[in-house]
Amino acid sequence: MAEFTLPKNSKIQPGKTVSAAAGAKRARKVVIYRWDPDTGENPRLDTFEIDLDKCGPMVLDAILYIKNELDPTVTLRRSCREGICGSCAMNIDGTNTLACTTATESIKGDVKIYPLPHMPVQKDLVPDLTHFFAQYASVQPWLKTDTAPPDRERLQSKDDRAKLDGLYECILCACCSTSCPSYWWNSDRYLGPAALLQAYRWLADSRDEATGERLDNLEDPFRLYRCHTIMNCARTCPKGLNPAKAIAEIKKMMVSRTL
Amino acid sequence: MSLRSSLGKVKGLGSAKEGVHHWRLQRLTAIALIPLTLWFVVSLLSKVHADHATVVAWVSIPYVTVLLLALSIALFWHLMLGVQVVIEDYIHCTTKQIVAQLLLRAFAGLGALLAVVSILKISLGTH
Repeated sequence: MAEFTLPKNSKIQPGKTVSAAAGAKRARKVVIYRWDPDTGENPRLDTFEIDLDKCGPMVLDAILYIKNELDPTVTLRRSCREGICGSCAMNIDGTNTLACTTATESIKGDVKIYPLPHMPVQKDLVPDLTHFFAQYASVQPWLKTDTAPPDRERLQSKDDRAKLDGLYECILCACCSTSCPSYWWNSDRYLGPAALLQAYRWLADSRDEATGERLDNLEDPFRLYRCHTIMNCARTCPKGLNPAKAIAEIKKMMVSRTL
Repeated sequence: MSLRSSLGKVKGLGSAKEGVHHWRLQRLTAIALIPLTLWFVVSLLSKVHADHATVVAWVSIPYVTVLLLALSIALFWHLMLGVQVVIEDYIHCTTKQIVAQLLLRAFAGLGALLAVVSILKISLGTH
């Protein structure tokens, strides 16, 4: 059966409070989940009181300010700081999103920051995404053809190209998959919204010739059909995409090849 | 600790090549149940004050018998398909999974049979 309470070594303890907001006009508390695999201690919540006038506008700016000025051991992934690399995906104010595109001002009250839910944590805000990316690899996200490669580009009509809109923008930040209850319970076998949206990106590509093979690979009660249209994926996607719709399109393709 | 590669774990035993049939049946039974349930509820409400003989006579009308049988079968079938998914979602121990799925099938199958026999008994006047 599903476990409904955290195991003993995962119970979150109160942590330290660091105040750096003396005389601040825009003081704000940032609460960060901390866990260090080397100490053997339980995870804790550290509170940092900061002056928003001393850092940039986004949550990532606030975290980097904390890391640079208050506690260099705060660990996170980040790279592009403009919503295109997907590295700084984390749970901010109860929602999976990108720290770099979330304005600190848009959050009411304390800014609570946790790693992406229901993933093994490597340290602080860094989840282990090995399995997530293996699932992505399993949908073979590349163009597959039997026809010999042409001497020039593979042509695609404007209409066919438009079918990839809403799919190619996915940056694989894992916000959607880690927000999905079905993925929480069955991620060992369910591919999850991100990998399925990516699978549909290739199913919808007019240049690809492996559609049947791709559908065969997905036709499984767990890989595909664990999606129960809960829609958390679409609600949380920081790029405004709709993985649930892509999954529904895959299910339609599955039915249409039996008709 | 497993030394198997993460891609190997994801690929596992491969796809079961199954699920479309279940998905389609769940939707077809759901669609069938909309008119059947509405018809059943409305019909029952219109017979709130009817006596036993009137209701028996009503059940014995051939088209009513057929619709009642269709309702019972669609209902138990849909119930089985739905609960099956819930069990798959939450029960991860293989033994418990198999036992629960068998119990569910026994319940749904016997429930449907009981409904069918009861309706036929009333309809064919052997009660």
